[in-house]
Amino acid sequence: MTKLCTLSEAISRFVHDGDLVYAAGFTHLIPFAAGHEIIRQGRKNLILARATPDIIYEQIVAAGCARKIIFSYMGNPGVGSLRVLREEVENGHLDWEEYSHFGMISRLQAGASGFPFIPMNQTAATDLEHANPHYRRVKDPYTGVEVIVVPPLLPDVAIIHVQRCDAEGNAQIWGIIGEQKEAAFAAKHVVVTAEEIVEEEVIRSDPNRTIIPAFIVDAVCHVPYCAHPSYTQGYYDRDNLFYLNWDKITETRQGIQQYLEEWVYGVKDRQEYWQKLGKETHQRLSVKPRWSVPVNYGEY
Amino acid sequence: MNYSASELMTVNAARLLRDGDTVFVGVGLPNLACNLARRTHAPNLLMIYEAGVVGARPSRLPLSIGDPTLVSGSMLVCSMYDIFTLYLQRGNVDVGFLGGAQIDRFGNINATVIGSYQHPKVRLPGSGGSMEIAAWANRCYIITPHQKRRFPEKVDFTTSAGFLSGRSQRLATSVRGNGPQAVVTDLGILQPDENGELVLTALHPGVTIEQVQANTGWGLKVAPDLRTTEPPSEEELRILRQELDPTGIYL
Repeated sequence: MTKLCTLSEAISRFVHDGDLVYAAGFTHLIPFAAGHEIIRQGRKNLILARATPDIIYEQIVAAGCARKIIFSYMGNPGVGSLRVLREEVENGHLDWEEYSHFGMISRLQAGASGFPFIPMNQTAATDLEHANPHYRRVKDPYTGVEVIVVPPLLPDVAIIHVQRCDAEGNAQIWGIIGEQKEAAFAAKHVVVTAEEIVEEEVIRSDPNRTIIPAFIVDAVCHVPYCAHPSYTQGYYDRDNLFYLNWDKITETRQGIQQYLEEWVYGVKDRQEYWQKLGKETHQRLSVKPRWSVPVNYGEY
Repeated sequence: MNYSASELMTVNAARLLRDGDTVFVGVGLPNLACNLARRTHAPNLLMIYEAGVVGARPSRLPLSIGDPTLVSGSMLVCSMYDIFTLYLQRGNVDVGFLGGAQIDRFGNINATVIGSYQHPKVRLPGSGGSMEIAAWANRCYIITPHQKRRFPEKVDFTTSAGFLSGRSQRLATSVRGNGPQAVVTDLGILQPDENGELVLTALHPGVTIEQVQANTGWGLKVAPDLRTTEPPSEEELRILRQELDPTGIYL
């Protein structure tokens, strides 16, 4: 059964006010188009979880759609600080819950595995453990040593961008796979956005590359260039220039509002956004192909 | 020979790496240091990035921890859960690079907040991978400019552990990593003594002990065998400037 629909339909059906949202992707495959659609549809009081909130969550927070953020590294990767998130936290306007990367992905791993909690090694640094009551200690029943535990993270919806997917939602990713699989299995609902929608036989030609099976997917959206200014391995490069410019755009609240007006509210969808970026940017972000050697699965 | 503070720190950090080391690399100066070491004395250095890339051979300067250039031509890509477990915590990482806004007398690092946690004066990015790297990598190195505000007696928040308030305290926890082995600054190198306290073990050429002490927030002790580092060589600077960071983004 096909689950193909527009991104606008998918967000409208599966992202509700107050939901805990996990828009996945560690630097790679960040579903910016979905973030923009959430802003356009004016969602409120969202709880936003991501290891690295990145610019996508800064935009959603700046647009007034969120009340809380769950994270493990809140910076502009390779540039510095995320000014709006930082100010909102410093001023007490935005609630937050913080982990190390490993604590964050352990929560997802527990959620994805159906575990009641998950053990982690001690790190000798205990300040975060004391600041966040979700970090607890239990005694290892085998050795008596104390281990740290965290509860499962169970997002209401995970949004996962992929290179290719069939109409039912069998999705393949290559390049950095971050916490995509765990986020998808932990979530109650999964929205997949894809650079390409392919026939089922393309997926079946390389089953080892499939990381999300259709039966956990609720919606499939064909959204080329969904990840810009993040990137899709093999399809387009990361727009490092934009990440640098964002630092300037966010110097004033007015700057951010102008950005949102022009690039989020001012465009209908990702296609219009991508066209608006223009040929020069398209060219700058284009990548030369570098193919892998095909593998032989054998005819049995 | 003229060189910048960043070049000086990068070269000295690179020299701490051993051929055959498996290194958990960060972007910026650690990435440059690792690539420099690989092109000089450590051709068998294996670079791991927390995004899940093992054996990266970046053909351009990566500008983020998840840059696509890290993936193309690498040995293996795995999930973040795998990189922090199978690789880091299982004991397969020799070296971790760390950074932060504050480093204290016992090598504890703060990358979380200046001021109180609930009402921060300055909110910093937070741990990322560093809390586990500091605990579980066999050796850790820190690269940071030497300024008094960066070297307080005690950090406002311990994001990642050095020797806590003494080496025995770290040893009493169950972490396997040996903790920070050196802090490379633009003035010299600090290393832990038998009690885990950072002491001055090397000065860069032209720097005085008084200068380093004036830029450190505690009564910095000087190691009895204090040495002076070799200045960056022409070849090291050529590799950095022409091959690794030709547009001078980090240097």
